[in-house]
Amino acid sequence: MLDDTDRRLLRHYQHDATLGPAELAELAGITPATCARRLDKLQKSGVIRGNHAVIDWRALGYAVEVSLRITLDKTQPRAFDEFMDAARQVPDVVEIQTFLGRVDVRLSVIARDMAQYQQVYRSSILTLPHIADIEALMHVARIKSDEVLPL
Amino acid sequence: MTDLDTTDRLILRELSRDATQAASVLGRKLGLSQPATWRRIKRLREAGVIKGQRLDLDNEKLGFGVTVFLGIKLATKGRVSLEDFERAVSAIPEVQTVEHILGLYDYRLRVVARDISDFERVLRRRLMTLPGVGDVEANVLLSEERRPGPIG
Repeated sequence: MLDDTDRRLLRHYQHDATLGPAELAELAGITPATCARRLDKLQKSGVIRGNHAVIDWRALGYAVEVSLRITLDKTQPRAFDEFMDAARQVPDVVEIQTFLGRVDVRLSVIARDMAQYQQVYRSSILTLPHIADIEALMHVARIKSDEVLPL
Repeated sequence: MTDLDTTDRLILRELSRDATQAASVLGRKLGLSQPATWRRIKRLREAGVIKGQRLDLDNEKLGFGVTVFLGIKLATKGRVSLEDFERAVSAIPEVQTVEHILGLYDYRLRVVARDISDFERVLRRRLMTLPGVGDVEANVLLSEERRPGPIG
């Protein structure tokens, strides 16, 4: 189980995942050795699953981001699996989420401009299996994106 | 806009998998020297292509069993300022992301909660009381995959 020190450590680490063990130790008010040991334990127990670089697709020229909310044809028993397998093959899809609710799956698709988006949509998205309905939401701006847990 | 060569793409792919790799380790994988790898990483950071790092935590193990995506339509556009709504919603600790979108909804929120009844508390006390909130649609997240994207 986690104690207050673990939570404090994770709070700082979440806010800045570029911090090294020494800096984290100082912020959390523990010794570097304790910090390294605790980080190691949190990793081994699977609380910390990874630390990933975040790519700014806009900086690479991908100006368009669209959320596609998809309803699948659930009369097909393998609809979910087949749809997911096919969606994973589309390089322009950067995120796949499944839901319980009005929407079954959401795909995040990026493109350089509207013309390229249109092409991806027609050739790679509409051809995915078992789609019953698609709704597109165009992404305008990210207001908050720290994805920090209120620990 | 920055042009990338194949090595840059491989570096991006590797770092989006594990950003804690030392330049020497990464360099060995790609057949580059440590200084050359370090210079490329530095350039990618400075160009803003790598905009930061994200810690991936197991929400459930930390007691957050539920993630819900909310689509929110503002009821009184024009009367409530978007800035006021954005400021108020961003200040709620359970709200992880706020995106302004065009289409069926105005905003898309990612909300974490301990369980469904905790989510109900956040929804009723904090979200439904925000200025200008109209239609709300909730979808409970079941699974999530981040894909490498077009850098392969």
